Amino acid sequence: MGLAKRIIPCLDVDNGRVVKGVQFVDIRDAGDPVEIAKRYNEAGADEITFLDITASHQGRDTTVHTVERIASEVFIPLTVGGGIRSNDDIRRMLNAGADKVGINSAAVHNPDFVKAASDRFGAQCIVVAIDAKQVSAPGEPLRWEIFTHGGRKPTGIDAIEWAARMSEYGAGEILLTSMDRDGTKNGFDLPLTSAISAAVPIPVIASGGVGNLQHLVDGVTDGHADAVLAASIFHFGEYSVLEAKTYMQERGIEVRL
Amino acid sequence: MSETVAVIDYGMGNLHSVASALGKVCDHQVLVTSDPAEIARADRVIFPGVGAIGDCMGEIKRLGFDQVLREQVASGKPVLGICVGMQALMSSSAESGGTECIDLFAGNVDFFGNHLKGDQGEVLKVPHMGWNQVHHNDHPLWADIAQDSRFYFVHSYYVQSANTEQVMASCHYGVSFAAAVGRDNVFAVQFHPEKSHTAGLQLLHNFVRWNGQS
Repeated sequence: MGLAKRIIPCLDVDNGRVVKGVQFVDIRDAGDPVEIAKRYNEAGADEITFLDITASHQGRDTTVHTVERIASEVFIPLTVGGGIRSNDDIRRMLNAGADKVGINSAAVHNPDFVKAASDRFGAQCIVVAIDAKQVSAPGEPLRWEIFTHGGRKPTGIDAIEWAARMSEYGAGEILLTSMDRDGTKNGFDLPLTSAISAAVPIPVIASGGVGNLQHLVDGVTDGHADAVLAASIFHFGEYSVLEAKTYMQERGIEVRL
Repeated sequence: MSETVAVIDYGMGNLHSVASALGKVCDHQVLVTSDPAEIARADRVIFPGVGAIGDCMGEIKRLGFDQVLREQVASGKPVLGICVGMQALMSSSAESGGTECIDLFAGNVDFFGNHLKGDQGEVLKVPHMGWNQVHHNDHPLWADIAQDSRFYFVHSYYVQSANTEQVMASCHYGVSFAAAVGRDNVFAVQFHPEKSHTAGLQLLHNFVRWNGQS
């Protein structure tokens, strides 16, 4: 009896269309984020994360409209990340119906932005997204650094220290992605997840590498994550959200069924 | 003529969600408004809130909404507080260096703390964020909501009611706290019904049909 571990499907959206492919059987328009978000809402997802990978300003307007349409159909929390650089960006997304925003590169460029955003909008809606990559050589103590620009640009910043700092600056939650595991289907980076979770007093969402349901369980039991995020295992219909929750519950994890 | 529901807008937070959830459960006219006259004319009032209580109470007092709210409560119309909107109805809060609140309910708002522990001694993260079980009484706002249903919470401070008769539901996260308080025509919840899927929409459904009597 207590707080449930959350399962969060993630949509990567470019210019109002879901990319990375989604293969639900009976959706007419497979790329429509609103249809997909509604489907996850009905399937029992605990939250939805919407990652906007749009680069153009015109595309951003499309994103705002898409968020508005999702928010009027989906009655679970919605996080929007990607391209959040100012309090104006945050205000726009919250007004469109987002409950939280994910801040990534902008936090690295200007850590005080996280402070200002948290002061203005409250920690509950500020998610700091961290893309971390292992930099220690085999045999050395494990060490991870954060990367920006989709994992292409090293920053020299230690991931654990960064997470602790972001929490002090008023982040309400950490969305932690392992660049080494993202897209591999080999499971979360559990030492990384567990190290970050122990370093911050705020909830940690594990992301990157989920290939089967046991990986979700491992993220919670060994990685000590408070929530697990996955995209492709749900998009391609390999597993439903309900199957994932049932599997986790059978292994002693508290979920919302 | 259809009923109206006023969602009080004092510049804090995302009111779109509350309005769209109300649109899902009723045909009432939903007004997101900061106009006291419009609030006074409405048949029902929703008092939401997110963020830090110091900022919220600052705006509430600056705009005179503490008085507006008292008048609405005195008029007998149904009033629903949500999240920081609930905390603002208590006597005071430990947040923001100590904040005097509206004092419609006796009790304080306290911090979960930096060293919150679960029943097995495990460290609990703060904010309390996610879906937790709510143990409710038989108030009409819980109609058709299964006992111990899960609702979506996100908060670092919790309500300790000084009057157990006013506690309409409880929740447990390291400590037991009031998930809902109520008296007469006022009801307030710590969780976000507008983000709590089926159970949350049911509570809003019950609110917009409630006659204001417990």
